[in-house]
Amino acid sequence: MAIPLYYSFRNLWTRRLTTGLTIAGMALVVFVFAAILMLAEGLQKTLVETGSYDNTVIIRKASKSEVQSGVERGHASIIEVQPETALGPDSRRLIAKEIVVLINLPKRGTDKPSHVVIRGISEISMKIRPQIKIAEGRFPKPGSSEIMAGQSVAKRFKGGGLGEILRFGMRDWTVVGIFDAGNTGFSSEIWGDADQLMQAFRRPVYSSVILKLRDSSEFENLKQRLESDPRLTVDVLRETKYYEEQSEMMAKFLRILGLSLTIIFSLGAVIGAMITMYAAVSNRISEIGTLRSLGFQRRSILMAFLAESLLIGFIGGCVGLFFASFLQLFTVSTMNFQTFSELAFSFSLTVEIILQAMGFSLIMGFVGGVLPAFRAARMNIVEALRAS
Amino acid sequence: MENVKPLIVEIKNLSKSYRRGSQIIPVLEDINIEIPEGEFLALMGPSGSGKSTLLNLIAGIDKADSGLVKVGGIDIAALSEAELAGWRAGNVGFIFQFYNLIPVLTAFENVELPLLLTGLSKKERHEHVEMALRVVNLSDRMEHYPAQLSGGQQQRVAIARAIVTDPTILVADEPTGDLDRVSAKEILELMERLVRELGKTIIMVTHDARAAEKAHIIVHLEKGVLSFE
Repeated sequence: MAIPLYYSFRNLWTRRLTTGLTIAGMALVVFVFAAILMLAEGLQKTLVETGSYDNTVIIRKASKSEVQSGVERGHASIIEVQPETALGPDSRRLIAKEIVVLINLPKRGTDKPSHVVIRGISEISMKIRPQIKIAEGRFPKPGSSEIMAGQSVAKRFKGGGLGEILRFGMRDWTVVGIFDAGNTGFSSEIWGDADQLMQAFRRPVYSSVILKLRDSSEFENLKQRLESDPRLTVDVLRETKYYEEQSEMMAKFLRILGLSLTIIFSLGAVIGAMITMYAAVSNRISEIGTLRSLGFQRRSILMAFLAESLLIGFIGGCVGLFFASFLQLFTVSTMNFQTFSELAFSFSLTVEIILQAMGFSLIMGFVGGVLPAFRAARMNIVEALRAS
Repeated sequence: MENVKPLIVEIKNLSKSYRRGSQIIPVLEDINIEIPEGEFLALMGPSGSGKSTLLNLIAGIDKADSGLVKVGGIDIAALSEAELAGWRAGNVGFIFQFYNLIPVLTAFENVELPLLLTGLSKKERHEHVEMALRVVNLSDRMEHYPAQLSGGQQQRVAIARAIVTDPTILVADEPTGDLDRVSAKEILELMERLVRELGKTIIMVTHDARAAEKAHIIVHLEKGVLSFE
């Protein structure tokens, strides 16, 4: 039978100052580790939630995002008559030809400019994205220089608030509405009339065509037909897939950065744990000799000391995650390298991140404790007893 | 009378040396001794005479270079390290000079420690621990930590820990070495009682002639040679 766990636990408690400091070191690393994973997760979640499964995004072939894409009016008309398109209650086809332009706007408070997505839309755009509601004001009048801003733009950019005026495309645009797009990428966009924006930016082509499917299982038919149509050069993607791809590079970058950063940090925490555990072993040499003479095997000693450093790792992980969980209350905004536009999103904690962070913490505890534990287990009984 | 009692320790041609760097220092050479069951034996001798080494060999925490060490009929020199640990758990009770209690465990938990290596249930362990603490007259200090006990009380807890598994032999290395005279006397009387009333076999290494007086047999070890008093 093994040495009871309370033996390990009480030893940690006895030297609570060093235990506390070691735990704090580990907690810090776990906090950073979890925070970066939460950031990547939040980014991905925001972008994935932006799309709906029933919607199809059609962009120019090989363009990775709407910003790089261009769909000519003639091509848009071909796409417009596809039979897979759903019909609205008024029998109009649920298809929106949109234009996406990036502009620079100064941020509130800092005056530092940042990229914002301007999306030229039509009334249908709202119908195929029923999750978007007007929160304040009204929908911009078609054919006018009126725009509406996503909640996060209204909050973060100068001139984005209701009734304010933004200048871009050599025109003044009045913000007549604020729309609530929930926790999605649309919150970080400004919407206005597509035809007006095309004129203002002197763009002869649309950026993308978005259509709602009559039946979401017909996606493959549509994709195959459009992509093989010799008149068109387009990529057909589900909207969810499109937005997932928009987040991939950034999320990957964050994860790689986070992982490399925390691995370097963790070396410090592991060395801290190792020093603590080596000190614990040298302070208890005669105790180890006593336990061994009472009949406890080498592996029981090994387990007892390993349990101590794993406990440090476990508690460090819990503390780190506890503090990291509060990050969910914050919203951050950053430039998405893939779309070159500013995107607001929150930290998001998932079960997977909890498990990864705890695993990481336990590994730190294990690595820090394994050498001292082996040292304790390898001791000669007679010499250990003489140490008292 | 003594010849009637079965032998509990049987040592034949025992040799042990230590290696210090390239030097080999012989500690015990060709030792022969037989200890019958239920004896209280005191092993005396000057520092460095090898008496602790002999005790460690009998207790199975050190290995002889050559010779036979039989305890309770088992040749312990032939056991593997893991087997030896298991054997110690059931057959040897240790009493140390500095008590060697685990500071983070209560008196009760310290005494319970060797029982964790047996297959006893929690309830049975409880009963055994309570009985052992009653024998050393410390039933009222069960929940105290070693730091809350006096030296004499700590040594009594250590004795309770040594007897709780009902081992074949008790080995004591200078059990009174760290105690004042009154406590030392109490401990020696307790040990004597264990032999007289419970039939335990005790092998005690000591410097203290007063301690040795309580023993039935006194053996002197000098320069690796044993002589009986």
